[in-house]
Amino acid sequence: MGSRASSLLREEDIEEIKKETGFSHSQITRLYSRFHSLDKGENGALSREDFQRIPELAINPLGDRIINAFFPEGTNKKYTAREDQVNFRGFMRTLAHFRPVEDNEKNKDLTSGEPLNSRTNKLHFAFQLYDLDRDDKISRDELLQVLRMMVGVNISDEQLGSIADRTIQEADTNGDMCISFSEFTKVLEKVDVEQKMSIRFLH
Amino acid sequence: MEGFWAVFFPVLRVWFTCLVVLIMLPAMFGISLGITETYMKILLKTLEWATHRIQRASRAEEILKRSASNGEPKSAERGDFTLSDVLYFSTRGIESIVEDDVTQRFTSEELVSWNLLTRTNNNFQYISLRLTVLWGVGVVVRYCILLPLRITLTAIGLSWLVIGTTMVGFLPNFRVKGWLSELVHLMCYRICARGLSATIHYHNKQNRPKRGGICVANHTSPIDVVILANDGCYAMVGQVHGGLMGVLQRAMERSCPHIWFERAEMRDRHLVTQRLRDHVNNKTKLPILIFPEGTCINNTSVMMFKKGSFEIGGTIYPVAIKYDPQFGDAFWNSSKYSMVSYLLRMMTSWAIVCNVWYLPPMTQEEGEDAVQFANRVKSTIAQQGGLVDLAWDGGLKRAKVKESFKEQQQKKYSHMVVGDDSNKL
Repeated sequence: MGSRASSLLREEDIEEIKKETGFSHSQITRLYSRFHSLDKGENGALSREDFQRIPELAINPLGDRIINAFFPEGTNKKYTAREDQVNFRGFMRTLAHFRPVEDNEKNKDLTSGEPLNSRTNKLHFAFQLYDLDRDDKISRDELLQVLRMMVGVNISDEQLGSIADRTIQEADTNGDMCISFSEFTKVLEKVDVEQKMSIRFLH
Repeated sequence: MEGFWAVFFPVLRVWFTCLVVLIMLPAMFGISLGITETYMKILLKTLEWATHRIQRASRAEEILKRSASNGEPKSAERGDFTLSDVLYFSTRGIESIVEDDVTQRFTSEELVSWNLLTRTNNNFQYISLRLTVLWGVGVVVRYCILLPLRITLTAIGLSWLVIGTTMVGFLPNFRVKGWLSELVHLMCYRICARGLSATIHYHNKQNRPKRGGICVANHTSPIDVVILANDGCYAMVGQVHGGLMGVLQRAMERSCPHIWFERAEMRDRHLVTQRLRDHVNNKTKLPILIFPEGTCINNTSVMMFKKGSFEIGGTIYPVAIKYDPQFGDAFWNSSKYSMVSYLLRMMTSWAIVCNVWYLPPMTQEEGEDAVQFANRVKSTIAQQGGLVDLAWDGGLKRAKVKESFKEQQQKKYSHMVVGDDSNKL
């Protein structure tokens, strides 16, 4: 009947997700309802088609790249059973990057390293929107691909090429004609990433 | 065994007589004995008490609306591309994954507080013994008392519709025939409405649709037809069905003209428009009833109106229908429930309570095309019913969104980065 979705989520799972992502109990149950409503096949995992069914996402120029972010390379069994499916843990893990950074972020005994929604991790998420082959470098081609996705057919190849060249020139400090993660971070150091990459979740 | 039947038949007779006298007859003549009002009052009190109990136990969670996100991709009107431009699109994308305006319209509305029906029990945990007992009593009342009652009433209503319209159909074409046909239709719909425990409040009856006009309303479920037909007679428009629906359709057709299309005919838009136009131009015929959304939406919003109905000409009479979800969810989620299980759910809800507003008639203005006219009517209905006015197509329930919308977004962004060719020096 689909109205008792929350009963399929066990308390232990909620606690683990809480530790890993920092979401509150009610946020997790609410997002689980959302996950469940997107999961048309009712098999506990979302496929790319399930995401494509959201009209606002389907018309987003970077829609495909965003969906890609949920399906990381090299299946980590905790988050995906198959390469083209993501379970609830994986879903939450990706969404966690967009949690607002609270000023007095209490250290909620996180498993390792920084919280998922730290500035560095947010920037890394954005970096990976460009870096399709996951080689930790944004090449000219990769940059052109993303540019093409955002502008559609409205700008010519030459113009786009020159925009890409200029961008790489400005960002590249070690002369390898690619943008590494640290160069990327440097370019965006004045941008308020914490605010631009945060969304308000239900409290 | 004998003893059982000896007891059963008198009980059945008493039951039937009660039914006829107390419910059917008053319904047929449009009078009310006040039984439904009393039932509703008791129901309201009970639900208020239950809500109070639930809120005492758990702090009410605030539903934060999505705060207006980071505006535009670029801070200025124009600016060159920077690596941070992806941030805007990615954040908007993730926002739409968490909550979007469209997919939530195709499932039932979430209630703020539980109304003691199992089906709406989303996240409400066990609160107290008294509440559970109340819920149990509710189940017994709804399934053992109300359900049989409602099924009997609906069966009577529908059979009377078929019999009555067939009988009227035999009469020659005098004025009396039209009047009788309307009477039969009204009586049957009234009985059916009682069969759903429907309480309907009509507003602005002076704007009721007149002959030769087109009545346009937002669509939530097949019950909309019963709701509207309780207060006036309409010519229905739709596809020819087989089975029970087909029997009803043919019966109704006998006593007064409706417009039923064969499946193949529906694809020919000119044919459809022409037939509707012929009907509308004949001022003696009943107003047509059309639902321009083309599909059932969950009554929290009004989605795109298909322009076909607005190209026919004639006066449009907009009607806004808003159901009260506290008493029963009227939305038909056709991908989840078949017609039969949907009707069963309807008949085991507390009641169907709705408001119907008749809005002043509208006509297409000079220099306005069908799409703009449709949007104008849609906004009026949305505003009156307190519904969200969306431009999205209800067809997105099943179909993919058009590529042209993405292209629009891309164009906008390109404009910001590069600007018009004419501006470039």
